[in-house]
This record gives sequence, structure tokens and C-alpha cells, in this order.
Amino acid sequence: MKLDSKIPAGPIEKKWDSHRFNMKLVNPANKRKYSIIVIGTGLAGASAAASLGELGYNVLAFSYHESPRRAHSIAAQGGINAPKNYANDGDSVWRLFYDTVKGGDYRAREANVYRLAQVSGSIIDQCVGQGVPFARDYAGYLDNRSFGGAQVSRTFYARGQTGQQLLLGAYSALSRQINAGTVKFFPRREMLEVVLVDGQARGVVCRDLVTGKIETYAANAVVLATGGYANTFYLSTMAKASNATAIWRAYKKGAAFANPCFTQIHPTCIPQGGDYQSKLTLMSESLRNDGRIWVPKKKGDTRRADQIPEEERDYYLERMYPSFGNLVPRDVASRRAKEMCDKGYGVGPTSLAVYLDFAESIKRLGRHVIEERYGNLFDMYHEITAEDPYKGPMRIYPAVHYTMGGLWVDYNLMSTIPGLFVLGEANFSDHGANRLGASALMQGLADGYFVIPYTMGDYLASTKFKPVKVDDAPFVEAQGGIEGLIKKLMSINGKKTVEEFHRELGKIMWDNVGMGRNRAGLEKALKEIPKLREEFWKNVKLVGESNDMNAELERAGRVADFLELGELLAFDALHREESCGGHFREEHHTEEGEAQRNDKKFSYVAAWEFTGVGKKPILNKEPLKFEYVKPSQRSYK
Amino acid sequence: MDFKLKIWRQKNRDDRGRFVEYEVKNISPDASFLEMLDILNVELVKKGKEPVAFDHDCREGICGSCGLVINGRSHGPGRGIATCELRMRGFKDGETIVAEPWRAKSFPILKDLIVDRTALDRIIAAGGYISSKTGAVPEANSIQVPKPAAEEAMDAASCIGCGACVAACPNSSAMLFVAAKVSHLALLPQGKIERKERVLKMVEQMDKEGFGNCSNNYACEAECPKKISVTHIARLNREFLLAEIG
Repeated sequence: MKLDSKIPAGPIEKKWDSHRFNMKLVNPANKRKYSIIVIGTGLAGASAAASLGELGYNVLAFSYHESPRRAHSIAAQGGINAPKNYANDGDSVWRLFYDTVKGGDYRAREANVYRLAQVSGSIIDQCVGQGVPFARDYAGYLDNRSFGGAQVSRTFYARGQTGQQLLLGAYSALSRQINAGTVKFFPRREMLEVVLVDGQARGVVCRDLVTGKIETYAANAVVLATGGYANTFYLSTMAKASNATAIWRAYKKGAAFANPCFTQIHPTCIPQGGDYQSKLTLMSESLRNDGRIWVPKKKGDTRRADQIPEEERDYYLERMYPSFGNLVPRDVASRRAKEMCDKGYGVGPTSLAVYLDFAESIKRLGRHVIEERYGNLFDMYHEITAEDPYKGPMRIYPAVHYTMGGLWVDYNLMSTIPGLFVLGEANFSDHGANRLGASALMQGLADGYFVIPYTMGDYLASTKFKPVKVDDAPFVEAQGGIEGLIKKLMSINGKKTVEEFHRELGKIMWDNVGMGRNRAGLEKALKEIPKLREEFWKNVKLVGESNDMNAELERAGRVADFLELGELLAFDALHREESCGGHFREEHHTEEGEAQRNDKKFSYVAAWEFTGVGKKPILNKEPLKFEYVKPSQRSYK
Repeated sequence: MDFKLKIWRQKNRDDRGRFVEYEVKNISPDASFLEMLDILNVELVKKGKEPVAFDHDCREGICGSCGLVINGRSHGPGRGIATCELRMRGFKDGETIVAEPWRAKSFPILKDLIVDRTALDRIIAAGGYISSKTGAVPEANSIQVPKPAAEEAMDAASCIGCGACVAACPNSSAMLFVAAKVSHLALLPQGKIERKERVLKMVEQMDKEGFGNCSNNYACEAECPKKISVTHIARLNREFLLAEIG
């Protein structure tokens, strides 16, 4: 496989502009002759489908939800970055670019990150135009707040519901196109296969989740905007249905999978309670603006928080990182929390938690200010734990939250399969080894509103298409394959539920491929995952019928894919003999316990190529060149 | 904690449906209502029986997927929460809990506790937006929005589209849902230009979908997981009247 990133020539600040000029255009009258399939209608998918529809293409949009408004983008809380410099604190496109490359621990592609920073301002304009009710000051102008990994205030927010408001904005734009007839929306459809014709992505196989019917659809190009794969870990902050099936099946059809081991562990989540728990709940990073993180100075201190005097508390982030304090990037904050708990300073019933304390902010700003900024988060915490965070500190612990890895894409967001584009969290592109807070919403919308509308046109205008129909052989074969797979799953009739398999996989992943990784643990995972997968295909128990609504069958297919993806994730983590961002190999750290990169050997994107289930994938490398941001040891001291 | 459950089971749209009784034991008081159903479902699958189908996804009260009528109330006891946020500690040990789907003509039951709420999407598609094309908008801070208007718009915009208001209303009215969107956009300067057309089209679609009218019961506000106020219905009515007058 040859990787061509197609980064345009020229100085970085001119690349996107000159590329836009050089790209071919589709004549307005010809646009409706092209069909585009968009899978997933979260932030990236909905914004892409709406924008492509506005341009006049014939768009077919699919979601396994009943409505685009249910996508998990809706749960993003804290905000979205843009270097508007409204705070007059020295922000610029260059600074956002620099912060993002550095925050990603020098494992992202410079040209993509620069473009992301460049278009991010237009996203805010777009969202305001749609009526997104961002927070404002008393003069009626937009308000900003700070986020981890940055020393400027560039985060726009709508209370603690920014993702909801941005998704509803994209959903409204999409709804408008559905009404106009340029987009046809297919609810409750799950994509199960990409159909290739002469090597080009020309369609998909879907299952209608209400009737169980297997359907095929043809188009000129396919866009995957199906989110990340954090649910490989079972317990994560993802929605229950979030899955990797679309990108995984594309990988098995020849799309390279890049940097699967780059997973993000979010530092501020509500700690796990018991075995019944079905997911973990995030508490927005924005809380670190006004909350102070601490543990008792004494190991195994079981006193209540309010009984531990000030001088016996260790505000360890403020102590270790005086310049960034509680606002260090996520990977650093998570690792330090784990370290504190591992050393015996953890608090709460499980000792797997640290305090996030608002007492001082409430005293300084007044309860009403804290309520206005974080009210819904405080309520959520109260509901889940039955403890009132206005009265005592929250207990928090890191949890799997986001995946920086994903399908490899070039500068045009096209995968290694011609005609298969990948947007948002589903691709690998912009965050390197660690994503900064408030950058996921930014990337999803940048891809959907301001990148794909141009690059898709270029692909369509410069590609020859042979006419295809859904009764052509490649479609019929792909459909047959999926029907066979479903039949096989339904016929195993073993003893263990899908839920049990998923939990077991999650435990292997968290224990061995989680926050701290080492050779022995990764090798153990690489033995245990295939064993569990083998057992799954002999012993999984499904009930109900395949031609009916069947949640167990839906999950079985997704877990089957996680059982393969988990192996690739561990394999990638084992191969990357360095620590960078969210990938922390315990063998590689500085004296101060920070991640130690090995730029000589690992300054590349690892793009894996499928060779068969359980077989060693082929490693393809895209070397990373840093011409503008010189890689250095990341320091937040 | 132990519970007796009476759960609505219905094979598909055409099936008549019925309550079926189950028992669950040893449930942690900290478990959510949906986690309690997860535990029941694993037991059912182990016995070779079909699990209870219910919609759910984010499990943190924001996606609007889940929604059950529990002991006669939309999203169960408690205020300002969705079903997924409801914890078992709020029930009595040994209590019998009744769970059924949203009941409304415009929300046909697909299976067990899952209903089809796409009628709400069709109302939005009829006009619940500002027609701003990608790229064709002014610089963000060139539009000033008075803080009180922005805050009130945000209160309305926090609607999660779960349909609890419809299920709670004796007339199966979707007025609170429609009002939330109309109000959110009418309060903002960007939304003023299309305000008349918007309200007329959304109300027309609402009627077409078979939702009832508001008779000031306020059950919608009481059961709304985002505590959206009925004052937005008053604004919807004013907007509608203004648009009718021309």
C-alpha cells in the first residue's frame, strides 16, 4: 500500500487557499447527477450532509438512531475552540495551530492542523448564524472560557451543553435540506459493509433496524462519519450504541487504520460505582477552570474531605505544573491522577478517585456564578452520586473518552479506498497522540462544513464513474456476505450473552491497554483477546429473530468487531516503543514521569493494513515532518 | 433492593400488547433504572427469552432517546431528569414498578417500550431553523444578542426532543416541543426574519401529525427533563397570532 498524504506544496498558511483554487469544480447543473452516501449524522455527518445538499448534490444520509439529534456529539459539554482573539489575550491561528500540534505531542500532520485552526473561526460564525445560543456578556458579545493545554481563552460555549447546541444547529441545517429534498434521511439503518466496484467505494449494505431487512444503496462516493471506537473498552463515556463497525468493516475492505493506540483517557469522570455500571459519565474539563484538584497528603487518609485541613491537602497539579496548574492537558492530568491513586493517596470508597473542589471559587465568585457556568453538570453529579457538589468536593477519576486514531485519510479526507471519505472522530487526522479539550467539536464541524464540500467536488469532477446498479454483482455479493454473517451469529446458540463478552473484553483492554501500558501487559492482551474472540464465535447466545427489531443482534455484530479491533489496538501499542500523549508506555518516561517520545524512530503515522482476522497486519508508515513547530519535550511547568 | 416489575410487551406495531410481570433481585440503589433493565435483560437472554426492547443511548440525559412512563409518570418520579438519570434509590425495596411506552397516537409503538417519534423531526423539517447556508453568514460578533435573550433562548433550546411532554399531556399535545424551538429562534435577532413563516409551518405540521392542543394542564412542564417552562407556549401563541394577522 502506498500512502500519499497529498499535502499541497507551498508555505503552510497558503496551502489550503492554493489547494482550493487548484481543485476541480462540478458545474452547478451537474451536481444533482452525483449521489453521495453519508453514514452517521452527528456533528461531522450532519454538517457534511447539509452542506453537500446545499450545494445541490443528491445526498443519502443514514443513521442507526431514529433522529440525527440523538448522535453522541450531543453529549459534548465544555465548548468549541476558535482563535477569534475576542479576549484580546494574544490568540491567533498560529497559536491554535501551535497549541494543537504540541498538545498532540507532535504526532499530528502539520498541514491538517493548520487548516483546522484556519477554518475554526468560520465555524463560530456559521453556528451563530444558525442561532446557536452561545454564552454572551452583558454587552451582548460572545463570551469565552479557558480549556486545558492553552493559556488563552478561546473556548466558545453554551452552558455545559455546547455539543447539544452545535448538533442541533447542524441538525437544523440538515432538516432544512431534508425538507428541500436534496437530502434523503434513512433513520434506524446500520451500515454493515462498504461496496467496492473496481476498487472504488460505490455503495453500502445496511440493515433496517426495525424490519431487519438487508438493503443496498449505490452512489458515487461514500462518507463515513461514524465516530470513535472508545467502546472497545466497554466502560467509557461513549453512548451505549457508539461502535466501530462502519470503520472496521471498511478497514477489512482495504482502508488503512491509523494510530489505533492513540486513545484518550479523560481526567474528570465520575468514578466507577459497581459491577452493574453500564457507562461512565464525564464531567466537563471546563470544571478545571474553577475547580482545584487535590488528594490528602497522608496515604490512606479516610477522613471526610471537610475534615482534612488545608495544610494537609496536596494540590498536586498546581504543585507540579505551576504555570498551567489545574489546566494541564488531559493526558497529563489523567496520568497524574492514576499515579496518586496507585501510590495510595486516592479517596472515596474505592480509593480510585481524587477531589475536584469548588469551595474556593464559590467563596470568591458566589454560588450563582458557579451555577450559571456549570449548573447542569453539578445537577448531573448530584443525581448520580447523591452528593451535593456545592457543599463538598466532587470525586473524579479518569475514563476512556475519545479515540484520536481512526481510518487513515489524506489531506482531502479520503481513505486509502478511492471514494471513501472519513470525517470527524472516525478519521485519525488532527489530534496526534492527544486531543485538546474543545477541539473535537471543532474538528467534526471543520470536516463537515468547510473541508468535504470542496474536496468531494474535486474527487467527483476528476474521477470517471461507470454506471452501477444495486443488482450488480458486487452489491449482491456484499449483501449475501452480510446475510451469511447474521445467520451465523443467530445460529451459534451458546451460553454467554453479548453483554458478558463485551464486559470481558473491556476488562482485558482497561487492565492491559489502558492508561499505563507495558510489554508484558500488551502481550497478555494479545493472547487473551483472540481467545475471547474464538469463544465468542462458539458460545455467544442470541435470542429473537433477525427479521425483527433485535438489539442483541445489533450489539453482537458490534462486539464481534470490537473483538478484532481491540487486538489491533494492543498490537499498535506494543509496536510503538515510546510514550506520547495518551499512549503511555511505562518503559518510556522522563525522570519526572512525563511521556518520553522517540522522535528518531516513531515520528510517523502507523497505518495498518488488514491481512485477515488473527493475522499480523502490515505496517505502512507516513513520516511526519515538522517544519513549523519544532518538536520538543512538552512542558506545562 | 428487590423489585416486582410490570412491563409493557408488544411484538410490533400491529400486536395488541400486554403487561408482563418480572422480578429482579439484589439491585444496587445506585444503579439507574435502565441498568436495572439491563440486568433483567441479561437474565431473560440467559433463559432464552427475548429481552425487553427500549430506546437509550447516551445515558446521561441529553440525547433524548430514552423515555418510559414509570408508575404513570413520564421519565418516572423526580423532576428535571430523563429515564436514564433515574436511580433505583428513589424506589422502595420490594415495590411494584409499572413501565410502559409513551402513549400517543402520533408515536406508534415499534416494539415493547420503543416508539416512533419521527413526527417531531418532521415538525422541525417543516421550518424549525434559520435558513443560513454554510459560509453565507456574517462574522460572529457582528450580531449582538442581549444577554437575557440569549439566556432565555438557551433555556428553550435545551429541549432534548424526548417526547415526554407529549406523553404527559392528556391531549397528546406537542405544544411544548414546538414552543421551545419557536421561542428559541424568535428570541434571537438572527431568527426574526423567518419568524412568521416558521411558526405557521411548524404548527401546520404539528396538526398534520395528529398532536392535540394545549388546554393549560402544565403536565408537560412538570415532566420535562429540562424543566422547560410553559411560558414558551404563551410565546408560541403570540407568535402564531402575529403571523396570522400578517
